[in-house]
Amino acid sequence: MNVTTWILQVLEILAAVAAAPLFLGWVNQCRAWLQNRNAPSVLQPYRNIRKLFHKEAVIASNASQLFRLAPYIVFGTMVTAAAVIPSLGTRLPFTRAADAIALVGLLATARVFLSLAAMDVGTAFGTLGARREMMVGFLAEPALLMVIFVASMISATTALPDISERLATQALGLYPSLAFTAVAFTMVLLAENARIPVDNPSTHLELTMIHEALLLEYSARHLALMEWASALKLFNYACIGFALFVPWGAAMQQTPLALLAAIPALALKLLIAGAGLAFIETVSAKLRVFRAPEFLATAFLFAVLGLLVHLLLGA
Amino acid sequence: MEFIALIGLPLVGALILAVIGENRRAPEINVAFSLTTFLAACALTARVIAEGNLLLIHKQIFIDAFNVFLVTLTAFVGLTTSLFSRPYMRVESEHRRIRPAQLRLYHSMYQLFMATMLIALTSNNMGLMWVAMEAATLSTVLLVTLYRTPASLEAGWKYFVLCGVGIAQALFGTILLYFAAEKILGAEGVSALLWTDLNSVKTQLEPAVLGLAFVFLLVGYGTKVGLAPLHNWLPDAHAEGPTPISAVLSGLLLNVALYAVIRCKVLVEGSLQSDLPGRMLMGFGLLSVVLAALFLWRQKDIKRLFAYSSIEHMGIMTFAFGMGGQVANFAALLHMTVHSLTKSAIFFAVGHAAQKAGSQLMDDIRGLITLSPTVGWGLLLGTVAILGIPPFGVFASEFLILTTAMREQPWATPILLFALGIAFAAIFGRVQPMVFGETTAKRLPHPPALIPVFTHLALVLMLGVFIPPSLAEWYRTAAQLIGGQ
Amino acid sequence: MSLPLDLQILNSLAALLLLVSFAMLSQRRIVTLVNLLAFQGALLCAATLLLAWRTGANHLYVSAGLTLALKVIVLPWLLHRLIRRLDVYWDTEPLLNVAGTMLIGLLIVVFSFGLAQPISELASTATRSSIGIAVAVVLLAFFTMITRRKATSQVVGFLSMENGLFFGAMSATYGMPMIVEFGVALDVLVAMLVLGVFFFQIREQFDSLDLQHLEALKEDR
Repeated sequence: MNVTTWILQVLEILAAVAAAPLFLGWVNQCRAWLQNRNAPSVLQPYRNIRKLFHKEAVIASNASQLFRLAPYIVFGTMVTAAAVIPSLGTRLPFTRAADAIALVGLLATARVFLSLAAMDVGTAFGTLGARREMMVGFLAEPALLMVIFVASMISATTALPDISERLATQALGLYPSLAFTAVAFTMVLLAENARIPVDNPSTHLELTMIHEALLLEYSARHLALMEWASALKLFNYACIGFALFVPWGAAMQQTPLALLAAIPALALKLLIAGAGLAFIETVSAKLRVFRAPEFLATAFLFAVLGLLVHLLLGA
Repeated sequence: MEFIALIGLPLVGALILAVIGENRRAPEINVAFSLTTFLAACALTARVIAEGNLLLIHKQIFIDAFNVFLVTLTAFVGLTTSLFSRPYMRVESEHRRIRPAQLRLYHSMYQLFMATMLIALTSNNMGLMWVAMEAATLSTVLLVTLYRTPASLEAGWKYFVLCGVGIAQALFGTILLYFAAEKILGAEGVSALLWTDLNSVKTQLEPAVLGLAFVFLLVGYGTKVGLAPLHNWLPDAHAEGPTPISAVLSGLLLNVALYAVIRCKVLVEGSLQSDLPGRMLMGFGLLSVVLAALFLWRQKDIKRLFAYSSIEHMGIMTFAFGMGGQVANFAALLHMTVHSLTKSAIFFAVGHAAQKAGSQLMDDIRGLITLSPTVGWGLLLGTVAILGIPPFGVFASEFLILTTAMREQPWATPILLFALGIAFAAIFGRVQPMVFGETTAKRLPHPPALIPVFTHLALVLMLGVFIPPSLAEWYRTAAQLIGGQ
Repeated sequence: MSLPLDLQILNSLAALLLLVSFAMLSQRRIVTLVNLLAFQGALLCAATLLLAWRTGANHLYVSAGLTLALKVIVLPWLLHRLIRRLDVYWDTEPLLNVAGTMLIGLLIVVFSFGLAQPISELASTATRSSIGIAVAVVLLAFFTMITRRKATSQVVGFLSMENGLFFGAMSATYGMPMIVEFGVALDVLVAMLVLGVFFFQIREQFDSLDLQHLEALKEDR
């Protein structure tokens, strides 16, 4: 462990935190294009965040310490997750700090605090959103775990960087199990990041909100952190997906050059993934909330089918 | 030659009747084809007796003592049923219950049904046997729904779906059989599905696969036998179709399905070297006997009553084949014969009775003995015969089965006796008022011709007091073939 | 992964077959159900062709052709025609709890894989691992039939079961003898025609193809 490694690690985390809103902006821009709207700039999320940081925070009088702390906790968890996920290189020190299952737990922690904070003030919408968020999480988590199990069974390890390396170096072939789990993962990603068809990130109709309802009571820097965290969450999920299903291009040495070379690969993957995400969101209609369990059950089904197919066919 | 005639005649008959089935003489043509088919069956039997087992058409057809007797029985009951259906269907069309086009369908399908059953019986290829069994179902589905009443449509749908699903299981069992056999006999040619070839290598077949195959085959063909708990289609199909069809379904199709099960059992038992298949047959058989006996009490419709009685008797046969061994097999074969004859005779009588009363509900049928003595006596004697009263053949076979059960499977005897007692009380209690009860209806002008009924009953009586030595020899050979124990 | 490419494709086709079975289980619209059936037939046909090419067995080409003609073209066409003529084009049916159905479906798959395990171990074919999928397709189709109320969807389930059986025969033994396959195909075709007649009879009687009408025959009538 030399100093360079740590510097590289810190740089990687900073890059992730910095790039996350950009990715969100790209998705939004693609979506606007596909819907024949005037696209906002890709930098729009940065502007939003900067604007929010300059405002004065208003906090409900009956809010507890938890409400104030939650944005920092949520943001912190997401940054930690970004450090653990091998987005640029698989040999960075933090990537081995936790395995894939712990990563799922880390993401769950963020969700718990988010929901607790939403219920803290005691408004109806906050509670409603928190309950829905917990429902979605409760259904999405097993599916996500199943996805990870399939990948772990193929590569005989639960450490994300090892899975990624194993999948990247094995012979190219058709893996129906991985294809199924990729579908499942995409569905989980949509649900967890409050995208259509489970939730609409740009809705203003309180009754159908999930994610937005959680943030209704927040303002200014707290809201900025929350928004940033959710951008980071989307970025994290995308990177988990890359690590599992398109692991090629990530650096397997910890030299600065290798990591530098991995950046264009990651950027390309993000570009394509963002466009794909926007496409899915455009062609699908938002489901009614009570249909969301069906959607997630289907995701779970895909993941388990992937697992079973892997067990049966060994592929 | 005889064989070509046996299969060819009903097929040609089906074609011809499909074209001219509306003709006024169609029933007679139907009878003529059935008669020639029966003659062909007799000739075939004579040849088998003279020359022993036959393998025809590239070994696709195999005829031995076991199936040749069923072929004759099938052709015979086919003939008598066509005799019965002549006046019966004529009355039905006079009462405008069926239209001429439906009559054409009926006659054509009747012959087709006979052909498919004969193919199923004589086929040496387990796959073709399956195909013929499925074809037998398909040819009768539209006959069950002949009257187009809601109830008959429901019965037809149940028949189609349940038997379809069941027979799909049997196909899976057949695939497994082929899978096990292909290792020994090779995939080249088609010998891996030929029963004779399978039988000669049965000890080498993989037991695990054959065990699994047997489960599927038993469930599949067992559905068609009407074994509980897969019997749901049977009472409906029997009650809602025209009576001649009930007679051939009950008297013949169930036998053919049971024949298929037994052929499979012989192979599987050889491979498993255990009595597991026999135990499964005994279990299903006993369950059918008991359930059917209990359900008999709740029947109001006369055809449903006797349909349940068929389930009960198929259960007894299945149980006897399950016990295995020379005596039990002999008894089961005898029971198969007498049950076919008696049950179809009963359905003939019931058909006439229901036609006269204008209803199938037992409460509406009263005093047959005064209304129409022949029908009354026919029904009464038939019922007495099927219940196993001494001089009739059913008594002989049931007695043999019970005594064998006492020796081999003592635990099952009380269950069997109990069920038989219940069934006896249920059926006799219902039939007695129908025959002797008070009635206000007028005596009918024309007594029906009931030659088929009394021919059958006479045969059953004869089998009860005296089995011709040649027939007994035949049963013995067949019983030996089935083996078991 | 050491499997040759054609086997990889075969395995993927098998996995897709399983997926289609699940899609059928959760599909509400009858027209889509028929399309799924046709798609399943096409997958089956592709798998048969590939296997024929791999093993050089000529009879598999024939049965691939049979599958294409019967299960991809004729039967779906007949069903579509039937749906148009019966005017049930927009028919949907209420399903039970989808998530619950799916979970039961998964259990069925696990069960079938277990059931097929001993057979797969004994098989010598290159496709032996997909026997489990064939069993699962059969049982899922059976389950589809149980959960459906409409006559048309029950029939689709029935035909899908038949597809599963065919796939099982193919992966366990490279297909049944030709004569049997022809016989089975003939039976299926005749069954469809009989059903066509049957549907019209049911409709004429009840004005609908909902099988709830067909529940009058009970024991205590």
